[in-house]
Amino acid sequence: MTDEIPEIDSASGSGVPIRGNDIDTDQIIPARFMKVVTFDGLGEFAFFDQRYDENDEPKDHPMNEPQFQDASIMVVNANFGCGSSREHAPQALMRWGIDAIIGESFAEIFAGNCLALGIPTVTADHDTITELQDWVDEHPDADIDVDVENETVTYGEKTVDVTVDDAQRKALTEGVWDTTALMKSNADAVAEKAASLPYVDD
Amino acid sequence: MSEGTLYDKVWEEHTVSELPTGQTQLFCGLHLIHEVTSPQAFGMLQERDLEVAYPNRTHATVDHIVPTSDQSRPFRDDAAEEMMAELEQNVRDAGINFSDPTSGEQGIVHVIGPEKGLTQPGMTIVCGDSHTSTHGAFGALAFGIGTSQIRDVLATQTVAMEKKKVRKIEVTGELGPGVEAKDVILEIIRRLGTEGGVGYVYEYAGEAIENLDMEGRMSICNMSIEGGARAGYVNPDETTYDWLKDTEYFQENPERFDELKPYWESIRSDEDAEYDDVVTIDGSELEPVVTWGTTPGQGVGITQPIPAPEDLPEEKQDTARMAQEHMGVTPGETMEGYEIDVAFLGSCTNARMPDLRRAAGVVKGRQVADSVRAMVVPGSQRVKAAAEAEGLDEIFTEAGFEWREAGCSMCLGMNEDQLEGDEASASSSNRNFIGRQGSKDGRTVLMNPRMVAAAAVTGHVTDVRELKEVSVA
Repeated sequence: MTDEIPEIDSASGSGVPIRGNDIDTDQIIPARFMKVVTFDGLGEFAFFDQRYDENDEPKDHPMNEPQFQDASIMVVNANFGCGSSREHAPQALMRWGIDAIIGESFAEIFAGNCLALGIPTVTADHDTITELQDWVDEHPDADIDVDVENETVTYGEKTVDVTVDDAQRKALTEGVWDTTALMKSNADAVAEKAASLPYVDD
Repeated sequence: MSEGTLYDKVWEEHTVSELPTGQTQLFCGLHLIHEVTSPQAFGMLQERDLEVAYPNRTHATVDHIVPTSDQSRPFRDDAAEEMMAELEQNVRDAGINFSDPTSGEQGIVHVIGPEKGLTQPGMTIVCGDSHTSTHGAFGALAFGIGTSQIRDVLATQTVAMEKKKVRKIEVTGELGPGVEAKDVILEIIRRLGTEGGVGYVYEYAGEAIENLDMEGRMSICNMSIEGGARAGYVNPDETTYDWLKDTEYFQENPERFDELKPYWESIRSDEDAEYDDVVTIDGSELEPVVTWGTTPGQGVGITQPIPAPEDLPEEKQDTARMAQEHMGVTPGETMEGYEIDVAFLGSCTNARMPDLRRAAGVVKGRQVADSVRAMVVPGSQRVKAAAEAEGLDEIFTEAGFEWREAGCSMCLGMNEDQLEGDEASASSSNRNFIGRQGSKDGRTVLMNPRMVAAAAVTGHVTDVRELKEVSVA
């Protein structure tokens, strides 16, 4: 089995703003980069088509700008990660260096995939997010502290309230976000459940 | 909270335990896997020295990367061949049934599950693919999962989930001529938004839904995720049961049909079920819907004007402006006449027999426009064979369509079927995201299969109701 699952009470680091609603997982990692059998090396392809033109020349994009290269907190808008269930999307962001994402809202499957990787997805209203994105632009080297336990984000002199889904908060702060071992320990109950279902005939 | 709905009952029926996180450990009656999202999960299993717990409740196919022209091995694309070989190895080691291309039953995972009778009412069904919601058409609770969750399911046959709210979407009345299930779901997403369903499961009900065939119900449930709802379902009824009878499982095990039917009946939503939200849509008012933008929620009736961004809610305006610039469309005009370069008839949304039959009815006796590259990609090898038995392939090929092998194909551009440059496609698929069909400058217009056929023959987005149709059924 794996080593103990770390408790994730918080995440800190400098930010990178990614603006726009309905940013889908096809944008986060285009399908052609998914023709692989491991997640290794996906980081460089994160937002590839937004970052590079047809000749692979860099375009204007926050993730190409030198001041954001060390960022670990992504600040996004509404319905981030919608579309395809591909875990390749959060895997690519994580491998690029992202430890936590602050946004107006997240698509469900994406948020679940982030949780499975120990990446908090915390939410705040539109104005709070816009203000934070603007602040990150002005202070690209300054730290943002995401406090998962207390549901706050602190930047500069300011601390704002954010929302962390209850199950996500518990899973992260109590170190139970890797569910395989947890659920495996209920194998007997699973077998009983299987046997009780009318359609299970094997 | 909802009470007495199919969702509540199936959830309850499959609950194994409450986890320390407050999530529910839910038994998965069926786990479908494919080549793109599963190899990493098998890798994680290996790292932890775990085995597949319930190989008999797992079924594999290959669909995303499979070529739809020449399927001989090794595949021309080395990366595709590697993924295929990896899947073959994994299913062999674990003893998982695999509908591979030599089986005669390979196809898009959401087409073959129902065909084989693997998909049944009252089941929980998971797959590493967001369009798993498709299987909800049978009254199953079906949803997409990520790769780490695939690892969970392979290792334990369970998944950790939070219970959602239930929104009943009642589509009343009778759909007009030329209006299909696809139009209903595009309209639902237009009205409720691409994130309107986050936190909800959708129950589709009402006369217009009940009158749909199973394939139509699948088209609707398929795109639940495009409206933000991870799962959508229709209560099982006689239409469902009649369809199930003809599937492989119940043909081979006819006694199981009578044994299971009481269970299927028992999990239907109660007459007095309570919902967290109810939305009613008058189905008789709908017309064919096409998208003008780059999210499935940016749709419009074929005779209606494309909205001006400033007339939309504030939070949708920027996305709309960018989308209109990308698509090159003008507010105030209709989508009719929008020139297309490619017509794609395929995908887990609309590549089943009735879809192909209806499209063939439009194509018969006509020719694909000179400027258009048109292709039919049947949803499965069985659909392909059935269509050929009816002579649909000849109708399509005589008109100038390419008749391909089964797979996901140009829906997501993971094989060589892709848009080039800024080509525009009339597509029966489910996503018009920028870059989705393989070219970042490509433009996708989503529509129902008959509308795709109409666009293929005229060379531009066309109101199919204005074309005379020849019956082929």
